[in-house]
Amino acid sequence: MDSLSKLDEVKTTPWSGGREPWSIEYGKIMMWFFLVSDAFTFSSFLIYYGAQKFAQPTWIDADKIFQSIPGIADHGQPLVFVGIMTFILIMSSVTMVLAVEAGHRNSKKEVVKWMIWTILGGMAFVGCQALEWTHLHHLGFWFGTNPATGLTDPAAISAKLQPYFTNDISYTAALQFSNLFFTITGFHGFHVTVGIILNIIILFMVLNNTFEKRGTYLMIEKVGLYWHFVDLVWVFVFTFFYLI
Amino acid sequence: MANHDHTLDSHDAHAHGEGMGVKRIWQVFGILLFITAIEFLVALGFVHHWHIVEKGAALYAFYVVLTLIKAYYIVAFFMHLKFEKKSFIICCSIVFIFIIYFIVLMLIEGNFLLTHFQEHPVYPNK
Repeated sequence: MDSLSKLDEVKTTPWSGGREPWSIEYGKIMMWFFLVSDAFTFSSFLIYYGAQKFAQPTWIDADKIFQSIPGIADHGQPLVFVGIMTFILIMSSVTMVLAVEAGHRNSKKEVVKWMIWTILGGMAFVGCQALEWTHLHHLGFWFGTNPATGLTDPAAISAKLQPYFTNDISYTAALQFSNLFFTITGFHGFHVTVGIILNIIILFMVLNNTFEKRGTYLMIEKVGLYWHFVDLVWVFVFTFFYLI
Repeated sequence: MANHDHTLDSHDAHAHGEGMGVKRIWQVFGILLFITAIEFLVALGFVHHWHIVEKGAALYAFYVVLTLIKAYYIVAFFMHLKFEKKSFIICCSIVFIFIIYFIVLMLIEGNFLLTHFQEHPVYPNK
């Protein structure tokens, strides 16, 4: 009798049904799961970069290849330009959280203001990346090529690649660096571009009073998650391509 | 349905109230900026200009630790994960055990290829 009544007792733990154990809206959970899977993709790219670096006896010196500030200095300024890019992306992440925060207070005017700043930040970042790609392309780096592509004489190859190496010179290492740099920053840049488009759509929905009518600005939060993730990926890309 | 939406809203509002005010946002920004500034000070100053620090495993480990700290602040505060339910935090982060394993796996593999299958020419840098 006693044990039977225990069976009938209604359990109230978060996982015994009848309630949402995480109390997070469905779309937001799915955004998180998408981001986890996307993190796997980026991890695989960066891990392959690491594996290549370990497999090559020598590697390009980041200080020597990223030396230009477009419009100001052609070379001699390592890391400065990427520093500006990193600052822009962190800054646009901050304006995104501020938009989310304003959304929690249902303050349409502030959401619009911060969304516009976020979009501008994203565009500035992609613009900077385009300038950097152009610069490297002019040097001869591209998918499948490096400055020495087409040369056959070992002395000519080594002379052409000498400016980018501190240790021994390898055509293969320069080629792998080139491929992986354009693939990984390209995939990241593609994510930023998608983020900008999503942000613009959301901005128009805010202006259209869509969320005002819905009663919640939760959509800002979901797109915000994506935008922060893009910033998060850049933190890793920056470390592994530009610092190490 | 209306009731269900209400509980959701109140949860989020509550979590935000104790988590991410405007002041906290700028605090986290300050931390991120500070860590990035240290990275630049070391990379540009100590390593490139003044040659105080040599490039090597210790320096790279230092960069990776700073990167992971930055990643923690972005995920925990900007993405708000710290203020979600514990089971959700575990659900989203435990899978990265596989990534750690994959890193170890691929770096060991890369190192093996370096010593066993090196067939590309390498030219000395005078």
